[in-house]
Amino acid sequence: MNVSDPTDTFRQEARELLEQLEAGLLDLEQDPANSDLINFAFRALHTIKGSGAMFGFTRVAEFVHEFETAFDRVRKGQSAANKALIEVALEAKDHIHRLIEEPDAEVSGGNEILATLRIIVDGGTPARESDKVVEAPLADTAPSADAPTWWRLVFYLPSDCLAFGTNPILLLEELAELGPNRVLALTDRIPDLDSLDPEVPHIGWQVDIEAADPAAAIDDIFMFLRDSMELTLSRLEDAAPASDADVPEEVTPVAVAEAPAATAKPPAKRTKPADRAEPDRTAATSLRVPAERLDELMDRVGELVIAQARLTQIAATSSDTALKTIAEELERLSSGLRDTSMGIRMVPIGSLFGRFRRLVHDLSGELGKPIEFVTAGEDTELDKTMIERLADPLVHLIRNAMDHGLESAQARAASGKPAKGTVRLSAVYSGAEVAISVSDDGAGLDASRIRAKAEENGLITPDTKLTEQELYHLIFAPGFSTAKEVTSLSGRGVGMDVVKRTIDGLRGTIDLTTIPGQGTTATLRLPLTLAIIDGMLVRVGNGRYTIPLAAVEECVELPEGIEAHAKGRNFLDIRGSLVPYLRLREVFGTSAPPEPFQKVVIVSSGDGRVGLVVDQIIGNNQTVIKQLSKLHSSIKSFSGATILGDGTVALILDTAHLVASGQPQGEGYSLSGRAA
Amino acid sequence: MSTPATSMNALTIRLDDELFAVEASQVREILDLVPITEVPNTPAFVGGLINVRGRVVPLADLRVMFGMERPEPDEDTRIVVMEVNIGGEPTVAGILADKVHDVTDIEAASIEEAPKVGMRWRPEFVKGIGKRNGGFIIIPDMERIFETPGDRNSPAAASEERSAL
Repeated sequence: MNVSDPTDTFRQEARELLEQLEAGLLDLEQDPANSDLINFAFRALHTIKGSGAMFGFTRVAEFVHEFETAFDRVRKGQSAANKALIEVALEAKDHIHRLIEEPDAEVSGGNEILATLRIIVDGGTPARESDKVVEAPLADTAPSADAPTWWRLVFYLPSDCLAFGTNPILLLEELAELGPNRVLALTDRIPDLDSLDPEVPHIGWQVDIEAADPAAAIDDIFMFLRDSMELTLSRLEDAAPASDADVPEEVTPVAVAEAPAATAKPPAKRTKPADRAEPDRTAATSLRVPAERLDELMDRVGELVIAQARLTQIAATSSDTALKTIAEELERLSSGLRDTSMGIRMVPIGSLFGRFRRLVHDLSGELGKPIEFVTAGEDTELDKTMIERLADPLVHLIRNAMDHGLESAQARAASGKPAKGTVRLSAVYSGAEVAISVSDDGAGLDASRIRAKAEENGLITPDTKLTEQELYHLIFAPGFSTAKEVTSLSGRGVGMDVVKRTIDGLRGTIDLTTIPGQGTTATLRLPLTLAIIDGMLVRVGNGRYTIPLAAVEECVELPEGIEAHAKGRNFLDIRGSLVPYLRLREVFGTSAPPEPFQKVVIVSSGDGRVGLVVDQIIGNNQTVIKQLSKLHSSIKSFSGATILGDGTVALILDTAHLVASGQPQGEGYSLSGRAA
Repeated sequence: MSTPATSMNALTIRLDDELFAVEASQVREILDLVPITEVPNTPAFVGGLINVRGRVVPLADLRVMFGMERPEPDEDTRIVVMEVNIGGEPTVAGILADKVHDVTDIEAASIEEAPKVGMRWRPEFVKGIGKRNGGFIIIPDMERIFETPGDRNSPAAASEERSAL
């Protein structure tokens, strides 16, 4: 594998670390005494500092240094993780982000942030030795076990570490920063001059340090070497006899000794940091790949699937059994390959949700509205390109819910609601779609105000008749805003019309439901737009169409002579429940005469079930989705096209739009649509 | 209407009984007739899709825009795959040709602006009229032609918009 630029790798890692740091800080704000969170923040800062310096981001390293020190003191219980500290740390996180993204640009503001930090930290706190001073919460975060004692660290570096650029002097300097220390070189392993390899560090070191609990810090210092080196750490007075032994297990008792102090806090709060630690542990088994390579892979797999379909078709008509066997085997292989490569592109939507916590945090302060942000369904997986493109629309919807949806705390109190508003973000699978909802428990949409505003803007005339849904959807019209005054959030020239456009572009839909006084929910329904899906191939007239198999519930025969007593009611009775159906022949304006035995494919989408009447069900196939060009992008009944085994093109039905068109409020697909 | 400075390198094709010239640099390849998939509920001008080496490409019929007869395809029928700018985006599209003639240079001096009268075609679709061997060659304005059916204000598109809500 050829890695292009090491600083790119650093940037990527730093970005992730900063994201985790932000999440950790936001958690810490809720739970300021949680020592796992504090340790986590400290380690994140330490790593950014360390690798920043290593990759030449000296400004980052210098800037982070003071924060690291501050969090070190919080960790030692000499300072409290109060709201002010977290605020400034969040600002610092943004600043670090800027420094990393534009290392050459003049990024200002760093000094102010550091000055604020000093004021917060210097709230009368003296130097590091004194741990029984200052603020009240110290009592339970600074147990006596953490008082500085002498520790003996013995380590031998891996034999290949010099070749990889490790500088033992720098490591020793970092160790020295932990506290008063004595360093002794261990020369017992230096071989005879004849067999001496100058590229191997034969010297070991014994470092005695006076510190509270250096285990975590030492782990950080040796982060990149830890797996392949010998390292023992022991508390000096307990473990004097073992000090020279190379038994790594010596580290473990220390960790256990520390445990009672940690468990003194409510155990329930320990669940979150455990999750957070997860990425660190899995990092070694995951791989960073540029997105384009994945796209490329997917394209290739798509072509392979098409070629395989053609082979299968040829094999089916051939009498050559060897060919048939190969075709079958290839089919199995390519379907496996397809699933695997598709899985690579799937990302849990939680990666997106994380970003919004900061948004809500900042906005909550800016708007002066206390807000609780609840998320659900973080595990729901979506194609990564989809996730990227969803970020902006969701930001708008969340902002809107906070700014316009939720009332002020006073107004909420007056109407008997809790002063703290709730914004809920959730994702859930629904048939072949994913439904993502943003809901608030605010006042709900004001239909009369929307109407008045729309008339004022000339979007509708006073005599325009609209259903409730249509009226609510006016908020997605360009230039529409119901905000009485322009706040710093609205009036930025971007609005809900952007949301609508993006979701349309993803071939999704937006539902709005609102209950006056109880809140509004915007639900985005999005296809799983994977590059390849399983499809059911059907024939309507002379045309062949693919229906995504995930949406298909069952297939039944259309009872003969059903028209005779239907009289315009297009319903089927399927095991006692009514299912409306659409005749695709009519929808598509097919002129060829119908088959005597027509089939009905029952598809689901959200909570709707609709039958699609087709002439023939041909069978199942793997379908590579090809996007339709701009020339056909306005045709909503198709989500794309695919190439069949015989090389012809078949259209993929967009069942969600067909189901929507079969519902009474929709206008349906006019048969006059075949304009010349 | 400004005309190219020197000459236009053009592919000449026949539609019905008229000769048309398209910018040779826009032409990607010329194919024999392939199976065409009809797209329901679309304007007849871009009513089809074809498979061009694994890509799904819309097939346009200029004869619709020029109000010409559309005879059944025969052994001369070809598909000219072109790259056209649609809404600022380069888009690959095929156009039907009743026959493909040759690639030729049309002298800029010989290209005249389409007359407003005396033409059975909509003048906005014609960039200019060239002359060769005593005959006329129509130079269509491909961008303009392809913009038209995708126009957001067209009734078909508008009704689609509404049903999507």
